Amino acid sequence: MKIDCKHVWQYISAYIDGDVDASLRAEIDRHLEHCEICSAILDSTRNVVVLMADDRVFEIPAGFSDRLHRRLDAVLAENLPDS
Amino acid sequence: MTGEINSAAIGREATADVIARILAGETQLFHELIKPVERAVFVMLFMLLRNETDAEDAAQEAFIKIYRNLKNFRGEAKFSTWVLTIARNEGLGWLRKRSSRPEEPLEPVLDESHGDFTPALLTDWREVPPEALERKELRDCLHHAVLSLPPIYREVVQLRDIDELDVQETADVLGITPGSVKVRLHRARIMLQKELVPVLKGFAPASRRGWFGRRG
Repeated sequence: MKIDCKHVWQYISAYIDGDVDASLRAEIDRHLEHCEICSAILDSTRNVVVLMADDRVFEIPAGFSDRLHRRLDAVLAENLPDS
Repeated sequence: MTGEINSAAIGREATADVIARILAGETQLFHELIKPVERAVFVMLFMLLRNETDAEDAAQEAFIKIYRNLKNFRGEAKFSTWVLTIARNEGLGWLRKRSSRPEEPLEPVLDESHGDFTPALLTDWREVPPEALERKELRDCLHHAVLSLPPIYREVVQLRDIDELDVQETADVLGITPGSVKVRLHRARIMLQKELVPVLKGFAPASRRGWFGRRG
């Protein structure tokens, strides 16, 4: 089976997650060896995924935790969890 | 990338033990219990409400509900999954309240059928390194791209690629099948690639190749 570019695009996310079986992975790898477009699409998509996972992208606001725990203190002091 | 929410530091048994002690009266332990999930809860609500102040208020309400409902936690689910489910319901409640206010248009919460799932075509890619995230402009671009996704794609990106939950945990939080998680994640990643490729190019380090192809 020889796969074309559009076919490869369908598996980009699964490929990044290691969620394709061995024979399909080998087929995609063979395609990537000679297709600079699909290689660049894969690399750029993986780059986006790696950047998104970085904690610096979504930071919690300064003081968030302090304010949360202060508010919880008031609740914790008054009640036991419903039972 | 800390993967804090999935950290093995607090295993299931330890979590169950801490919860039992809280229910028995050691309520101060609740502070420790929720530390590993604080960030994920805030991000969940920020993704839904797209406003930091509302997200913080909703997060506080969610944690109070989590505390009050602690006895309902069953050990079959992971604590983090259960917490995120409650936080999501809190956020959806806020969205419903907002939609009854005429000045804010109702955002469709479900939108499965529309969208362009073709990636941006390019022939080479220069890696944008994580260090580039020190620049606020880059973080703003990533924020904007995620927040522009239709909600059903946004929340899958949040759980899988930002919180780094696995497929089953993501499916549990969203109440959908693992297959749907994979389909939505695929589409979301392609939409993000398409949106971000032209933007990210400006953040790649300059080529270090000098004259005559020698490395500078």
